[in-house]
Amino acid sequence: MELEINGKSYPVESDADTPLLWVLRDELGLTGTKYGCGIAQCGACSVLLDGRVIRSCVTPVAGVAGRKITTIEGVEDDPAGRRVVAAWVAHQVPQCGYCQSGQVMAATSLLKQSPQPGDDEIAAVMTNLCRCGTYNAIHATVRDLVNGGPSPEAEKARAEAARASNRDGGAHA
Amino acid sequence: MNNPEEIATTREFFPSGELPVNLSRRRFLLASAGVSAGAFVLGLGLPLGKARASGASEAMAPGTRVPAFLEIRPDNRIRFYSPFNEGGQGVFTAMAQIVGEEMDADPASFIVDNAPTGHQFQVVNGRMRITGGSMSVRSSYMTMRRLGALARSMLLQAASKRLGVAVDKLDTEPGRVVHAASGKSLTYGELAPQALDLPVPAPDSVKLKNPAQFRWIGKPVKRVDAYAKSTGRAQYTIDIRVEGMLHAAVQHAPRLGMTVGTFRNEAQLKAMKGVHSVHRLPGAVAVVAERWWVARKAVDAAQVDWKEAAADASARVMPADFSTQAYREQLLRAKGEGETAESAGRPGKALDNAHTVVDATYWSQYLHHAQLEPPSTLARFHADGSLEVWVPNQAPDMFQADIAKKTGLDPDRITVHSPMLGGFFGRHFLYGPGVPYMQAIELARATGRPVKLIWSREQEFLRDPMRPMSVVRFRGGLDARGLPVALEAVAVTEGASEGVANKRRGKVDSSAVEGLAGKAYAIPNRRIAQLYMKTPATLAYWRSVGHSMNDFFYETFLDELADKGGQDPFELRLRLLEGNARLTHLLRELADLAGDWKRGPFTAPDGSRRARGVAMASPFGSQAAAMAEVSIENGQVRVHDVWQAIDPGSIVNPAIIEAQVASAVSLGLSETLLEETVYEHGMPVARNFDKYRILPPDRMPRVHVRIVESGAKMGGIGEPPLPATPPAVVNAVSHLIGRRIRSIPLSQHEFKT
Repeated sequence: MELEINGKSYPVESDADTPLLWVLRDELGLTGTKYGCGIAQCGACSVLLDGRVIRSCVTPVAGVAGRKITTIEGVEDDPAGRRVVAAWVAHQVPQCGYCQSGQVMAATSLLKQSPQPGDDEIAAVMTNLCRCGTYNAIHATVRDLVNGGPSPEAEKARAEAARASNRDGGAHA
Repeated sequence: MNNPEEIATTREFFPSGELPVNLSRRRFLLASAGVSAGAFVLGLGLPLGKARASGASEAMAPGTRVPAFLEIRPDNRIRFYSPFNEGGQGVFTAMAQIVGEEMDADPASFIVDNAPTGHQFQVVNGRMRITGGSMSVRSSYMTMRRLGALARSMLLQAASKRLGVAVDKLDTEPGRVVHAASGKSLTYGELAPQALDLPVPAPDSVKLKNPAQFRWIGKPVKRVDAYAKSTGRAQYTIDIRVEGMLHAAVQHAPRLGMTVGTFRNEAQLKAMKGVHSVHRLPGAVAVVAERWWVARKAVDAAQVDWKEAAADASARVMPADFSTQAYREQLLRAKGEGETAESAGRPGKALDNAHTVVDATYWSQYLHHAQLEPPSTLARFHADGSLEVWVPNQAPDMFQADIAKKTGLDPDRITVHSPMLGGFFGRHFLYGPGVPYMQAIELARATGRPVKLIWSREQEFLRDPMRPMSVVRFRGGLDARGLPVALEAVAVTEGASEGVANKRRGKVDSSAVEGLAGKAYAIPNRRIAQLYMKTPATLAYWRSVGHSMNDFFYETFLDELADKGGQDPFELRLRLLEGNARLTHLLRELADLAGDWKRGPFTAPDGSRRARGVAMASPFGSQAAAMAEVSIENGQVRVHDVWQAIDPGSIVNPAIIEAQVASAVSLGLSETLLEETVYEHGMPVARNFDKYRILPPDRMPRVHVRIVESGAKMGGIGEPPLPATPPAVVNAVSHLIGRRIRSIPLSQHEFKT
């Protein structure tokens, strides 16, 4: 089986019924996508499938072969995703950060599908759980994105952080 | 829990009763002092400790050995080893601000990691190391400032030698030493190699900044981890991989204390594709596989006949007939006046003589931590028998000591890595069978390979030790004017500390009564007591510990007294705080923030009927006051706004404090509105987030924060914004519906729209 993830092709050996989440995390080493519940309740495992958010913990890998998968590791290669990350940093959204990969993917999906979503649409897509309670920060950030944000300075700061992180290793604060 | 000194001295906080031991030798007694090029010139990524300059580390007070904490790279980036773990509360950023302030280095240039174990990092009041009790910043503030000042002093001395000018002719600007007379300057990165070779000056030889000159402390400095956490680059224990690693999953016995009897399909599981091996562990079976999903599927299919615990089992045993409902009824029926935790005046007599007496019984529920990162551990034995463990933890030295005790290994041969925490809320202390590391270590030993064990959410909710349940019996006495003159509270419960320790220490567990005791109101006759009732359930610390429920009990009963006495709850609080300038000011700030106090019920612009409630709390050295505005919508409580004024004395980062208030408010609302761990037949009914509901985004209210810096002794921030939130909400609800609510969560009550 071949998977197309973040624009690259990966051969995959896992069984057909293995959830995409565990193929990403264990077989391919893409651990930015998180396990929280395994039953599509929390959304920590959110990734994009053909540009739309799905919960990878309940998505058998066989069903996504040949389709475009975007994970948090590839989100900055997507223009919408890059904006979302810049806004996330500018608004200082994360606390523990564990759910934030999924939140960023959900927000990216929202903007890709509907550049000017209303509050109801935002609420319908941004359903991922956050135990740190960053919900208001997430909402404010998404509103900013809908209104054309973030600022060019935020994008510059994101790009600088990306350079620093690539230089120093991404594992650190 | 409220008093760090008490924690440090009585060791109530150490679940195993073990003291953090001094393990600095392994890390720091390496090469002879100052021989090698030291840490200051290291690039990032070199193993910690290998190139550390050494010295008489045992003799140096914790938090003074500069090269143990700091590495400065040639490009001026600074790697800092934090004694406190980052789990969302922003402590990595606070440490960068505090150290950077005195060092004169921009916090944005810091790369922060959790420090290894060792004496040098025991900076909580200079004696221990935990990330908990909202103690990190307040217990280490002066130590960490001094550390930064010591580093600056060493850099100045190195510059003095290089430039051939006296130290007092030099000054610093962020990241560099400057010589104003010649216009010359040297970056910290250029000076680092020489600076390291210098002995660390005497701690009291450095002068700390005047706070008026602070450049970063007190400012909304950006978090150092925001980008990594917005891009999936932050690594948690669950993400760590090492070469040759196997994956493991477990199935726990359905009830704690049971052991493996017949394992009916063991051979079948072993034969499954991808399975490496199958194991019997104390109270669990495990499957080790090349991939976690394979291990998990296999172990979920395990058919085990579990044996009841031996009658003489010393640890906690969960009986087959335990239910939370029956246990609550047992607490409600319990007789006795308990042991006194706090008393004043003559409460018995005052109640006898009171114009009006109000009796009421309140209760709370068991709660899960429900941190989104499920527990995991990666364990690796090396050929020489030494052990490396990656484990989510709030106290690495204690984990190291516990592993040493349980494995028989010398602590010097155990390396504990403490990756970032995917939330903690009290989840990651030593909780015996409630933590996975001994299972992982056993599996690594048995397989001879590194093993990463992850508990599925279902296995986590089966073993997560819980926030205690409590029943509180109140009696309040009012005088003829309707003012409270006596208050008695008996908390029928097992406290978190005594539950975690599985034994009583002294008569009252302070964590059982904090928030009932220690209130600031001038009620002259008081008795606060605990009636101890052991539970078979395993207990734990949970964000704000006893305060998470006791301030709810007290502050809602206070409203009940106010109503009975015909007093306005806000005015009554002001009256009971007369002469207390700090809290009177805080309450007035709250009213100002909320656009004044209006209790309601009133009709909001959207047509909904609403009411407001107010409450206060004095947790973890800080003071908090909260107001909430609620309505009933489709038969459930809707919280529209929460206002909170918080006074931690003095602050380091207002932006992080605002985030922590929002966070604690959300957790407080979650327990108020929704959460409850229910046991039936000795087992939790909910094993995942489908049935154990936590606050979702659409129930999050607006949160408004006012930070008040009274200048009082610095208090905590991670937990203090929680306890006033539940009673503010419930007081509003009770007033709106015209009937007192005496228990949480509110989801158990019916509300008519």
